[in-house]
This record gives sequence, C-alpha cells and structure tokens, in this order.
Amino acid sequence: MKFDILLAGVGGQGILSIASIVANGAMHKGLFVKQSEVHGMSQRGGAVVANLRMADQPIHSDLIPAHEADMILSLELLESLRYLEFLKPSGILLTSSARVVNVPNYPPEDDLRRRVDQVPHHCLVDADALAKQAGNHLASNMVMVGAASHWLPLGLEEMEGEMAAAFSRKGEKVVQTNLKAFALGREAASWTPA
Amino acid sequence: MAARSSLTSTRKRRVARFHRKNLPKVQLVGKPSGMEAQGLFKTVAVQSVKKSVSAGQVLLGDEAVALGAVHAGVTASYAYPGTPSTEILEFLIRHYKREGGPKASWCANEKTAYEEALGVSMMGRRALVAMKHVGLNVAADPFMNSAIVSIHGGLVVVVADDPGMHSSQNEQDSRYLADFARVPCLEPANQQEAYDMTRQAFELSERFQVPVVVRLVTRLAHSRAVVRPQAPDEVGLLEKPVERNSWILLPAFARKQWRALLDRQPEIRRFAEESSFNRFYTGPENSGPRLGVLTTGVARNYYLENLPDLEFQPTHLHIGAYPAPAAKIQQLMESVEEVLVLEEGYPFLENQIRGLLPPHLPIHGKLTGALPLDGELNPDLVRKALGLPERPAVDLGDRPEVARPPQLCQGCPHSVAYAAIQEALASYPMPLVASDIGCYTLGALPPYSAIESCVCMGASIGMAKGAADAGLHPALAVIGDSTFLHSGVTPLMDAVAEDADITVLILDNETVAMTGSQPTILPSQGLRDLVQGLGVDPEHFHWLEAHPKQKGELTELLKREIAHRGLSVIVTGRECLEKAKLRKRAEKAAQQAQQGRQEV
Ligand SMILES: Cc1ncc(C[n+]2csc(CCOP(=O)(O)OP(=O)(O)O)c2C)c(N)n1
Ligand code: SF4
Repeated sequence: MKFDILLAGVGGQGILSIASIVANGAMHKGLFVKQSEVHGMSQRGGAVVANLRMADQPIHSDLIPAHEADMILSLELLESLRYLEFLKPSGILLTSSARVVNVPNYPPEDDLRRRVDQVPHHCLVDADALAKQAGNHLASNMVMVGAASHWLPLGLEEMEGEMAAAFSRKGEKVVQTNLKAFALGREAASWTPA
Repeated sequence: MAARSSLTSTRKRRVARFHRKNLPKVQLVGKPSGMEAQGLFKTVAVQSVKKSVSAGQVLLGDEAVALGAVHAGVTASYAYPGTPSTEILEFLIRHYKREGGPKASWCANEKTAYEEALGVSMMGRRALVAMKHVGLNVAADPFMNSAIVSIHGGLVVVVADDPGMHSSQNEQDSRYLADFARVPCLEPANQQEAYDMTRQAFELSERFQVPVVVRLVTRLAHSRAVVRPQAPDEVGLLEKPVERNSWILLPAFARKQWRALLDRQPEIRRFAEESSFNRFYTGPENSGPRLGVLTTGVARNYYLENLPDLEFQPTHLHIGAYPAPAAKIQQLMESVEEVLVLEEGYPFLENQIRGLLPPHLPIHGKLTGALPLDGELNPDLVRKALGLPERPAVDLGDRPEVARPPQLCQGCPHSVAYAAIQEALASYPMPLVASDIGCYTLGALPPYSAIESCVCMGASIGMAKGAADAGLHPALAVIGDSTFLHSGVTPLMDAVAEDADITVLILDNETVAMTGSQPTILPSQGLRDLVQGLGVDPEHFHWLEAHPKQKGELTELLKREIAHRGLSVIVTGRECLEKAKLRKRAEKAAQQAQQGRQEV
C-alpha cells in the first residue's frame, strides 16, 4: 500500500495543517510517513507545495516522483493546475474552488474550471461556503480533509479522532465547528466515483 | 608544547549535579546507561522507554539534529536564523524555555554565534552552532581558525545548504568548506541519520579535536519522518584546556597546531574508511551489468526510489562521512566498468574521483551532463540518469502559465517606505537604491520595483557608498533592522568616517520577518542608540513611523536628506503584521493560562 498526496495552495492558506492531521492519522495507524514542506521565502503569498507520502513499507524519497501522486489536494483553483505532471493517470485532482487573486494576470474563473474538468478524475468543492455553513470561514481546510477522506487510506473515526486531538486545545466549540466542516466536505465529495 | 594531547579516548565525562536541570526530559529509547545507570535519571527513563520504543517522534530534519544535540549532552547552542536551518535553534530554544536547559540563543550573526560556541568548547563542554550555507561565509574566519586550535568540548557546525535556491541567493556546497578546513563532514540522508550523525559528530569532534560539520540540505531539513532516539549522553565537566598554547594562534604556536592537524589527517581518513555511514548497499561481489552507483546524502533516497524499476542491481556504495573513503571507492571502481555519481549540490565527490587526468573508466554525473549542474535533485532526474523510461502518464490538457511569486503582505510597513522612495526619487534621472536581504527584498518586484541590488547581508550600505564614491548621486541604501544589526553596522562606520554622500533607510519592523519572526537582537531603541552612538550627525538622523498616514512626511524627509550631500540615516518603524499576529496569539494564550490558574 502506498498513497502519495501533493498539497498545493498559496502561502498563508495553511496547507500544513491538512498535512499534519493526515500524517498523524497515518502514523497512528502504523504506516510509514514522510512529509516535505516549504518554509521561508516562498511562503509570503506565493505558490506553495508540500509532499505527503504514506506507505506500509519504508519510503525513500521525500519528494513524489512525476506521475506518481494518488491525489493533488489544492486549496486554490489556479494552484490546483500547477503540478498536474505529478498526478498518476488514475489519480484524483481534488480542489477548493476558492481563488486568491493576487497577481495581475490571474486567469478567468471559467477558464480554470474548464481545465479542471479536463482531468479525468477530479472534484471541485466550494470549501469556503461550506466552512461558513459549518460556522467559521477558517475551517475550509477541514472541509477539504473531509472531501479527501473518501480516498485516504484512513478510517472515518481515525480522521475524526485526529481532528478532535488537533483542535482540542482551542476548546470544544472549535472542535465541533471543524468536525462539522469535515462532515460537509465529505458529503460534498460523496458523489464523485472513487 | 602546543601540539594536540593524546587522542586515545573520548574525554571522560561525568555528570555535574548542578547540571541536572539541563538534562533532556524528552522521550528516550534504549537501555538506561550513564546517568540512568547512576540512578539520576531513573524516573524519566522508565516512563519514557515504554512510551516511545514503538512510536518514536515525528521530526523535521532540523529538529532531529536539535534533539541529537540535546541527547549528546550539548551545553549551549547558537545561531542566526536562515532558511533552511532556522528550525534547529527554534527547537532548541523551545526546549530551553520549557526545560531550563541546555542553553540556546539567537545571535547577531553567524560569526558571533560561532565564536560563542567556540568559547563553550574551550571550557570543555559541548556546543552546537547552526547556520544556512551562506552563513558559513560570514563565520568563515572563526571556522577556519578553530580547525587549528585543539577543540576541547565537542563543537558541531550544522550547515544547511539550499540546492535549488528555495530561499537563498546561491547554492554553494558546504562540503568544500569542510574539506578546505580539513575537518570531517557528516551528511545525513534521512531524519534518523540527522539525529545519529549529530550525536556522533560531537564524539568525533572530541576524538580528533576539530570542529565537525554536519551538512544538511533543504529537502531533509524541511521534511518530517519518525526518529527513534537513543539514551542520552552525559554532560561534560567544566574544565579549561590543559595545553594553554593550543588555543593561542601566534605564528609559533599556530605552526605547530597546523602541523598537528595535518598529522591527524590519516586518522580522520581511517575513521571515514571504517565508518558505517560509508557502506556498500550492494557489494562489489555483485554480479550483473557492471554499473557502479555512488550516492551521497539524500541522493541515496532518489536512487532507492527508482531501484525497483531497474532490471539489474548496480553495485552501490553510499557515502555519508567525509573525507571520502578512498579505499572503498577504489574497491567499487575495480569491480565495475562504469560509474554513476549521484550527489546533491556541486559535483564535489565526482570532481575528487575524476581528479585532473582522464579517468580509466567512464564516470557519469553532473560534469558529463547525466545530471544538471544546477538546481535540486529529484527522483525524476535520477531516474533519467539511470536510463529508466518516464513513468506512464496521460495527457491532462494544457494549463495556465501564471507564476505566483511571493509578495509583501497587504499593509506591510515596508510598502510605505517603498512608496515614499519612489516618489522622492521621481525627479532624479539616475538614482541608485541598493538594498539587502529580508522581506523587504520583495520590494524589487512589481508593483514597487523600488530596489536594485540584493547581494549579501549588509552589502547595501557599502555598495551605496561605493556608488557615491564612483560619482553617483543620489545613492540610497535600504536595509532591514536585523540585517543592519547582522552586518550593516560596520559599513555604516565607514560611511560615518567619511561623511559619505548617501542616505541610509533602516526598515525597523521589530523582528526578523523573512525567516518566521524571530526576535531582533536589539530592541528598536537599542538600534537607534547604536546608530547615534556611531556618530551620525543628529541633524541628519531621523525616526518616523512607517504608517500609510506618514507617507507624505517620509517622502518630504527623504527629499531633504537626499539633497543633503553627506550621510543621512532614517529609521522607519512599525511592527511587522505577522509578528503582531504571533504576539497577540501568545498574549491571548498566556492570558487564558493565567485565567485557568485563577479558576483552579
Ligand atoms: C549570511 C546570511 N545569514 C542569514 C540569511 C537569511 N536571512 C536573510 S534575510 C534575513 C533577516 C531579515 O530580517 P530583517 O533585516 O529584519 O528584514 P525583514 O525580513 O524583517 O523585513 C535572514 C535571517 C542570509 N541570507 N545570509
Ligand atoms: S511578514 Fe511582516 S515584514 Fe514580511 S511582508 Fe509580511 S508584514 Fe511585511
């Protein structure tokens, strides 16, 4: 068993909070995990990417090879398309429809949606709206974890346990909001054939 | 006699009782030994062995180094921040605050950090100094010379290289500097090795009485995996060096010390030859097509990633400890018909093996174009070098070619300064705005396009003076507070000495923002007092808040000071937004903790 996720987003969106929840879940399940991150210069509002690899055997490379990722998980529409060469033919492109328009030549939204549609396995989630529905617009990351949960090699309860552990420091209300966000994200992606 | 004393064994270590609070209380694995055996550390060991034998800890490569240092009984650690090395001291400082020891602190720059570590070592205790690759240029003077003294307590120099320049001005390879100083260098390939090698580096440093370099690269420094720690070492006794002259590099003594370092080389080479970090993964007796693969550091990961797809097993020698083990390499070369060298960074090993004259068998690597000379390695580049076909792919359509470079945060105080500079300089046909390294370097990009140079820490002030000396007016230097304190003070002294015709703008955002908001070494008031203390004319020294409301006033001030044909210094101050966010979060947490205590 091996599951490689390439996480994409814009600096400041918090792709690492997703990575850490999934990685902890995998670890507690006894899987090998490697997680490669970006720190420093590239974080300031620029394109950021992280590699998360899970397997039942030792993992060598910190980086996912080209055409090997089981999933691209993106928090931003334009960024979801930046690393397509890493996706394997059967892999899924899972992206939030949120847009961070901080460059003058940001492409039209329709154009981006059309290109996402061209990817054989894809799933677009309106994470911001669902996060608001869950009670906090900052919970869109957990909406995306919920959406991803259909494909991840982790059980539902394991995932929820990790989230509760990650947010418990911030109080019960925050835990509940994030669990709700997770559930909404999971539901939104449930129609997608796995 | 100044020569090194006998190296027969690692110095005897005893636990100083008063040092107990410095001892690591983190999870430990393995049989109790040392302190635990003496009963000093029993409770922790018993609890933690249970907890972590199976689990280990998930650590960044940087954090694995830090934990290795704690478990090696380090007494103090020092650094100036720099990506990708910053998280080493961040870990150690958190540990220090939580546990009360070992000491860990940020320093003004890499040279001061190095020298403080050297002082710890001189007193017989273990010290770590960490930096990014270019930091070793700044610390090159103490580094080169500390190779010649007789290192006492283990001194480990962790240098994080940045191939691919994720966050740096160049991709220099620190293995050359270790070789230049004739000291051993260990190069981990994964987080576990980062931990193990750091621990061994302390031991080697004491055994050979030299500083030992641990070379990291970005990909390891910033990648997480499980690390299984071992039982910790004891903390050394406080003691001065026995041989007084071995630390006094007067020519007469230095010559002896240098000779002693040269005489020590065969021993160091023997260590590398026998080190388990340098080993055959598939032995020279291997049958199959006669390809030899030499890997170093993280290149091994990319090789092993592709190995299952190869239809044969090359003979594989991995090198993690330098000086490169010549006998093992020779053994490899004699058993194969071709060699491929895979290494992250410059073709350091490839160059050494190749030598000056044509090799007797084909050697492929970065020098032959099998791999690129620049940039970072990855599994795909290594795959190609091994002659493997690309992995199967489908056409996923074209995609937009829209770059998204990093940029200043919305409302960043630096943007006020850049807007004012643009306006103040609008009427001049040929101004120069020399600048430096930090968040403010992003002012080089649109919409500001306000600065014209970024070379090395502190260069802006000297370069502006040089431009003025060359005849240019106006010449501005724009420099961040931390960069100024790191390397801007000395060039400002030059400018003061000649009343140079330049205008220096110090952007004081009260933090080292670029690397994640570490504290600056002096608070704002200290910085201003320092500038005044250097003798800058008070009439041409100003402080202004970097608030959008002040933009007009800053513009006018800049115009006036640019017109003044002598040295002017303007400090613009306002807290970085990211730092403010972190500060408020910390304050809130402290408040909540306080309330919690009251309720209890
Ligand atoms: C010799 C050296 N050490 C460290 C660094 C990494 N580095 C670059 S800029 C910087 C600090 C910048 O802080 P400051 O001048 O306060 O500017 P800010 O980022 O806060 O705007 C650091 C640590 C480097 N490039 N070179
Ligand atoms: S982190 Fe601070 S200094 Fe850097 S761009 Fe943001 S506000 Fe400006």
